[in-house]
Amino acid sequence: MASGEEDGTVEEKETNNKKRTKGTIATAWLTFYNIAMTAGWLVLAVAMVRYYLQKGTHKGLYRNIARTLKFFQTFALLEVGHCAIGIVRTSVIVTGVQVCSRIFMVWFVTNSIRQIQNEESVILFVVVWTITEITRYSFYTFNLLNHLPYFIKWARYNMFIVMYPLGVIGELLTIHASLPYVRRSGMYSLRLPNKYNVSFDYYYFLIIVMLSYIPCKNSTHNKTS
Amino acid sequence: MKHYEVEILDAKTKDKLCFLDKVEPNATIGEIKSMFHKSHPQWYPARQSIRLDPKGKSLKDEDVLQHLPVGTTATFYFRDLGAQISWVTVFLTEYAGPLLIYLMFYFRVPFIYAPKYDFTTSKHWVVHLACMCHSFHYVKRLLETLFVHRFSHGTMPLRNIFKNCTYYWGFAAWMAYYINHPLYTPPIYGEQQIRLALIVFLFCQIGNFSIHIALRNLRPPGSKTRKIPYPTKNPFTWIFLLVSCPNYTYELGSWLGFTLMTQCLPVAAFTLVGFIQMTVWAKGKHRSYLKEFRDYPTLRSPILPFIL
Repeated sequence: MASGEEDGTVEEKETNNKKRTKGTIATAWLTFYNIAMTAGWLVLAVAMVRYYLQKGTHKGLYRNIARTLKFFQTFALLEVGHCAIGIVRTSVIVTGVQVCSRIFMVWFVTNSIRQIQNEESVILFVVVWTITEITRYSFYTFNLLNHLPYFIKWARYNMFIVMYPLGVIGELLTIHASLPYVRRSGMYSLRLPNKYNVSFDYYYFLIIVMLSYIPCKNSTHNKTS
Repeated sequence: MKHYEVEILDAKTKDKLCFLDKVEPNATIGEIKSMFHKSHPQWYPARQSIRLDPKGKSLKDEDVLQHLPVGTTATFYFRDLGAQISWVTVFLTEYAGPLLIYLMFYFRVPFIYAPKYDFTTSKHWVVHLACMCHSFHYVKRLLETLFVHRFSHGTMPLRNIFKNCTYYWGFAAWMAYYINHPLYTPPIYGEQQIRLALIVFLFCQIGNFSIHIALRNLRPPGSKTRKIPYPTKNPFTWIFLLVSCPNYTYELGSWLGFTLMTQCLPVAAFTLVGFIQMTVWAKGKHRSYLKEFRDYPTLRSPILPFIL
């Protein structure tokens, strides 16, 4: 029937319109998100350079940038959400593991164990993360704007060859440096006897985390764009 | 009698792997797999997946050549399923582990706890009870594997045995370590809690066993037929009115009982993980029941009555 067919095409147009609007909103949000993150990590980079030029030392640098670092690294949790709702075509698990590894390093190692905050290894991984994230977020931004400068693309696919191992070294050295303080303070640990009949030793947990870097950081998941 | 010709191609590369002529029309896929195995001895029948379409579903061993939608020259596609291991072997290995591992912790074998505790036993009677329940559970599982279960598939991929054993053995060690620890804390509500927990545990063990027997009786020996399970004279099977996979329901109940009995967080964690996995399996089974049987009872839920 004629009117039935018209209704059908009208409905189809409406769903297509809805899909297009959803796509535009998603693109707009992602563009805003990636610009904001690029800016955030740039602010971090500038703050670190200024501090070093003014003070001539890396001591106290972490405390100076701690709040900004925590804010922008934690904000990255949104990326797991992007994958979950499908506006970014990456596995939720892969993104989740990567973000959690960062969150763990920031909140459960560097932030909570004050004595290691002046270690060189901390500066190492923070610098590596900053360079990597600025490259990554600007890559995504330019991609969304359909105008990708060659050097950003080059940086994205080549810098990680040096940055990735350096970052791993910085993180491992930091965890290693924290071990004596964790053992002495007994932080985040639960001893027997207790009514839950379970125990947890953060010291041994950190050692296991360090060992797991070998299989986890070598996996193919991490060698993606 | 007209004979068929069968050619088997690799599903990925489309290479011609095997050509069989003078194949009987009433030959089964199983028999064709045996013939293919002769020309390619490394691919025993259990690791062959034979399909009509490179990306299609595997044909069953019972399918008969002349009843398939093929011409007198039949083309099949082959995919290697990888090294296979029998279900029975996997079950026996993954269940024997927890049985023995838990006992090692119960008897406080050296190098687990401090040396002064070697070969001592716990002063709490609930720890002895827990050991009996845990051991009973796994002995029951071993016996069911040998004498009760009827498996539809003979084999599973070899890598599963490593995955499964890590899960069962790992959790058994983790639980057993704390329950049999010299510093173990017995349940807060003491005898009341333990008695209730034991009743729940035993009730669910009997229930689980009843379901296994009922499912076994649905299927004549050697067959792979699927029928809708219904409640029998045994009251423990009346739960079939409300649930598709009551064996999982009872299994959850058993472990909830054991958690209550031992008041041990690792046991609760094991119960939770098991519940999640069993729910996934139950939903799958429920869906395939609905697909296969038009008249499947609508009141039933996959694993938890009315809820899940």
